[in-house]
Amino acid sequence: MAVQIAEVEGYLAQVKDPEIPVLSVLDMGVVRAIRPFEEEGVEIDLTPTYSGCPAMSTISFDIVAELEAQGIHPVKINMVLSPAWTTDWLTEEGRKKLRAYGIAPPEGQAGRIDALFGEAPQPACPRCDSRNTKQLSQFGSTACKALYQCQDCKEPFDYFKCH
Amino acid sequence: MDQAAALLDYVLRLADTNLVLGQRLAECCGHAPELELDIALTNISLDLMGQARSLYQYAAELKGEGCTEDDLAYLRTEREFRNPLLVEYPNEDFAYTILRQFLFDVYNQLFYQALQNSSDARLAEIARKSIKEIRYHLRFSAEWCIRLGDGTELSRQKMQTALDDLWDYTAELCTPNATDQTLLSSGIAVDLEQLKVPYFERVEEILTKATLEKPDYEPFQQGGKEGSHTEFLGHLLAELQVLQRTYPGAEW
Repeated sequence: MAVQIAEVEGYLAQVKDPEIPVLSVLDMGVVRAIRPFEEEGVEIDLTPTYSGCPAMSTISFDIVAELEAQGIHPVKINMVLSPAWTTDWLTEEGRKKLRAYGIAPPEGQAGRIDALFGEAPQPACPRCDSRNTKQLSQFGSTACKALYQCQDCKEPFDYFKCH
Repeated sequence: MDQAAALLDYVLRLADTNLVLGQRLAECCGHAPELELDIALTNISLDLMGQARSLYQYAAELKGEGCTEDDLAYLRTEREFRNPLLVEYPNEDFAYTILRQFLFDVYNQLFYQALQNSSDARLAEIARKSIKEIRYHLRFSAEWCIRLGDGTELSRQKMQTALDDLWDYTAELCTPNATDQTLLSSGIAVDLEQLKVPYFERVEEILTKATLEKPDYEPFQQGGKEGSHTEFLGHLLAELQVLQRTYPGAEW
């Protein structure tokens, strides 16, 4: 019997991003398509967040392991680059989870990063909600984050930058 | 040169450029002036390495015969590398590292912006992914260029020294060779001649803000894209390739 896509989605919701373990691969928006494959298998299109994101191979491995454990076989993963991933694909649910985890979610539309200079965005501090925040470095603990500090409560935090 | 050979040469040039600069930046890991800069430089390195992998995978497919991305990165000799000379220049001090990055990033952004319209679907796809990352690199290197140039007397002097040395290596970036010519009419290659004017305009705009003086000679160093490199590349490759050279076929 061919697999049910909704069932696969249910399993994928259990596969977390290894570097931000509160987000599932669905929340991240890196799963671009799910198709039945052969008799009882599934084919999944994945897109990397950043070209060099070291989590991608772990994510592919975790997806295959999770689905095979659920009896879905074979699992074929295609890496697709186009269209390029954007933070606009992070789900609303994902943004809430990020904030609760202490990471400020991306603000605004990804198109704004075209400007060479200009003020860095001032995301709300995930701890005290203050907008009085300051960018320390546009490169943070992973490629997808920038380093910030709240000027009020002094909490240093990661901002998931618009991309 | 036939079209297929030119395409392979072209893709390898782009891949080598990213790999070599990525390796240079990775050398800064643990050595940058402050923690945030250390993270920034290695983040940029990671982006370049990721883009290099996409390009080497494509090159390996073009080459066929069971060739892999690792073969291309780890088992080619210095004379087979096609990167422009600028990216192999040593880190020296932070001024050199930032200026090399800045002079490259301005070119790289213009180049990948144009490559998005390549008639080669695979290159266009890689370009659309890469351009988003390159914008961050340019913002970083341009800001630091201004901050250090328009900084203290010492920081300005160090930046000016670095600029005087690196300026020579900008010549090659926007100069097409036989490979570019072969791929131009089919719309695969970016027309480098078209990038020359905007490149030097943008560079000068930032240099002016940084109160740095553009050297008063025409840059002329060439050869990297044909495999004639500076003495620096061999040393870089020795470190980059040592594991595969010592233990051929080693895998994680």
